[in-house]
Amino acid sequence: MRDGARKAAVAALALLAIGAIALILMMRPWLAGRSSGLSAMPGQTNGQVPVAASNASTTLLARGAYLARAGNCAGCHTARGGEPYAGGRPIATPFGTVYTSNLTPDPETGLGAWSADDFWHAMHEGRSRDGRALTPAFPYTEFTRITRADADAIHAWLRSLAPVRAPNRPNGLRFPWNQPLMTELWRIVYFRPAAFVPDDARDAAFNRGAYLVEVLGHCGACHTARDSLGGPDGVAFAGGELAELGWYAPSLLSDREAAVGRWTQDETIEWLATGINRHAIAAGPMAAVVTASLQHLQPDDLQSMAVYLNAIALPDSGGPRVQGLGRKIVLPSAGDSMLAAGERLYAKHCAECHGDKGELAAPGYPPLAGNRLFAMNSPVNAIRAVLHGGFAPATPAKPRPFSMPPFGPQLDDREIAAIVSWLRNTWGQRGTRVEARQVNALRPVPVD
Amino acid sequence: MRLVGLAALLLITLPAVALGLSGASASSPAAALVTAAVSVTPPQKGTALSDEPADAPSRRFSACTSCHGPQGRASPEGYLPRIAGKPAGYLYNQLRQFREGRRAVPVMTWMVDRLPDAYLHEMAQYFAEQHPPYPRPQTVTLDAASRERGRLLVTTGDASRSVPACTACHGKALLGVQPAIPGLLGLPQDYLNAQLGAWREGVRNAVAPDCMATIAKRLAPQDIAAITGWLASQPVPAGARAAAALPAAVSAAEMPLECGGLTP
Repeated sequence: MRDGARKAAVAALALLAIGAIALILMMRPWLAGRSSGLSAMPGQTNGQVPVAASNASTTLLARGAYLARAGNCAGCHTARGGEPYAGGRPIATPFGTVYTSNLTPDPETGLGAWSADDFWHAMHEGRSRDGRALTPAFPYTEFTRITRADADAIHAWLRSLAPVRAPNRPNGLRFPWNQPLMTELWRIVYFRPAAFVPDDARDAAFNRGAYLVEVLGHCGACHTARDSLGGPDGVAFAGGELAELGWYAPSLLSDREAAVGRWTQDETIEWLATGINRHAIAAGPMAAVVTASLQHLQPDDLQSMAVYLNAIALPDSGGPRVQGLGRKIVLPSAGDSMLAAGERLYAKHCAECHGDKGELAAPGYPPLAGNRLFAMNSPVNAIRAVLHGGFAPATPAKPRPFSMPPFGPQLDDREIAAIVSWLRNTWGQRGTRVEARQVNALRPVPVD
Repeated sequence: MRLVGLAALLLITLPAVALGLSGASASSPAAALVTAAVSVTPPQKGTALSDEPADAPSRRFSACTSCHGPQGRASPEGYLPRIAGKPAGYLYNQLRQFREGRRAVPVMTWMVDRLPDAYLHEMAQYFAEQHPPYPRPQTVTLDAASRERGRLLVTTGDASRSVPACTACHGKALLGVQPAIPGLLGLPQDYLNAQLGAWREGVRNAVAPDCMATIAKRLAPQDIAAITGWLASQPVPAGARAAAALPAAVSAAEMPLECGGLTP
C-alpha cells in the first residue's frame, strides 16, 4: 500500500515535471531572443540584412573556406552527386533518418536570409533562425565552442557560394523523436552552450589541436560512445559503435585502437593527411573524413592535431584490454577448431597478397601482422574489411591507392568469422572469437 | 534540472525505443541489391599475383578483378559484365555514374566512392587495354521466332516505334565504338536484361539526354528478351576489337538519338 502510494507520487511528479518543462520550453525562444539581443556586440549585424558576399574580404572568405573544410561541413551537407553544400544527404541515426539542410545562400531554401547572428546561434546554441531547436545529428554539442570569429568567417564564405534552390527535406525521425519537445528535453540533459577555453598549462600547439579535434573536427561525434538516448556516454574519445553505418570509431586513447601514442609525429601527420601510414589505413567514414577534410589542412594544423592526439593517448594502454562493465571475456584456446579453420582459409584466400606470416604489404601500407585492426575489442572494422573490401583513400600525396577484394560474395559468414578470429589470435595478438552472426549482421549494411 | 529532464526523456521514449528495436531489422532495398549484384559471381582464381611487380595494376585493382575476373574477362555464366576491352571512355563514364549515384549498384558506388577522376581514368584505361580471349557464348533458350525477332531488332531496329538498330551506334560488329560506346557481345543475358530493365525503371542513368533510357522505354518486355537472348548467344571472333569510329554516315551529330554520355 505504502509502496503503491510512493509509485503514484513519483508518477505524478514526473508528469508535473514534464508539464513544467514544456511550459519553460514554450517560453524559451522568447528568452533566447532577449538574451541574444543583450549579448550582441557592437558592430555585429544583429537582425540586420547580412553583409553582402562581395563586401567580405578575400582573406575572410579564404579563411571561411578553410574552416568549413576543417569542420567537413560539405561531408554531410552534400548529397551524392549533388551540388556541394546544398544538403539533402541522408544521415542514418538510431532514431530515424535526418536529411541535411541546404547551406547555400538561396533566400527561400538555403541560408540566404540568415545573418551572421543567426548562423552563430545555430553553431553555438543549436537553434535555427526561427528559434527551433536543431536536431543534435548536427553536432552543435561540439560546434558550440567554436569562436565567434570562426563562425563569422564560415558564414561569410557560405554566403559567397552560388545559391542553389534545393528545398530541405523534413527529417524522418520516428515518434517521439520527431517532437520538438523531445529535442528540448534532450538538450536539457545533454547540452549547454559553451566556449572554448585554452588550457594555460599547455602550449599553443596543444590548444590549437584541441580546438581542431574537439570543436571544429567534431571527432567526438563518432569517437565518443553514445548512450541509448544518443547522448555522449563515458570517457570522451574512448571509441564508439556506429551501428547504423556498420562501423566502429576506435578509441583515440588506447594503443590497441586508434591512439597515436606509439607513432612518431610524422607518422601521425602522414596518417591524418593521407589516411595511410605503415601502421594503419583509414576506411569507411574515416576515409571520407581524410579525403574531404583532413587532407586539406595546413601542415601546422595537422601538427597541432598530432600534438593533441599524442597528449590524450593513455600511456602503456597496450596491456590487458579494458572491458565493458562486468563483462567476462573468454579467449579461445590454442586448439580452437575455428582458429584452425581460419588459418587454413587465410592460407587459401589471403596469403597470396598478405604473406604467410602477414608480413607483406604494398609500399607504405601496413602489414597485417601486428595490425591493430585485429587488436581492438570490436571486430566490426576487421569484418567489414574482409566482407566489403574497397580502395584505400586517394589524396594528392597518394593518388593511386591499392584495393582489397570484397570477400562477401565468395566466403560464407562462418568462413569470414573464422579468418577474422584467427587474425585476432595470431602473430602476437589475443582476442575474442568472432561469431558468424556478427558477420551476418554486417552483410546488409548500406555501403553506398 | 538535468535529472528531471532525463527522467522525462526516459519515460517518454521507453515505448518508442522498444518499438524502434522491433522495426530495426528490416533491411533496405539498396542492401538487397548489393547481395544480388555480387553473390552470383563464381570465385575467380588463377591469377598468380605473386609473380606481378608490387606496383602492378593487377595488384592495385584486385578489388575489381576479384568479381570481374582476371583482366576483367568475367565469365559468360555469371551475372557480372566483362569489362576487358570495352572502350575506355565508356568505362570511365560508368565509374563516374557509380560515384555520383546515377547508377544504383551500391557495391560499385562503395568501390569508387571519392576516387579522383584521374584514377578512374587510369582504371578505365587499364581494363580497356586488356584483350583476353572471349569464352564461348552461353546457351540461351529462345524459340526460333524470338531469335529472328531479336536479330531483326538488333540489326534493323523497329521504325514503327522509333527504335534504332543496335548496330547503328554500337558498331556493325556490335563490339562497341571508340571512345565511349560499349560492345554488346560477350555479356551474360541476365546482365543485358538487368541493364535494359534498369533504364526502364530509372535506376541506371547516364548524363542527359539519356538515349538508352529512351530506347529501353520504347521496347516491349518480350522484345528485350529477344534482343538480349540473341546478343548473348553470339560468338565473338578472335582478335575482335571495338571499332575506331562510327561509319562516316553516322557521325556523332547524326546518331539516331542524342546521347549525353558521348559528349566529352
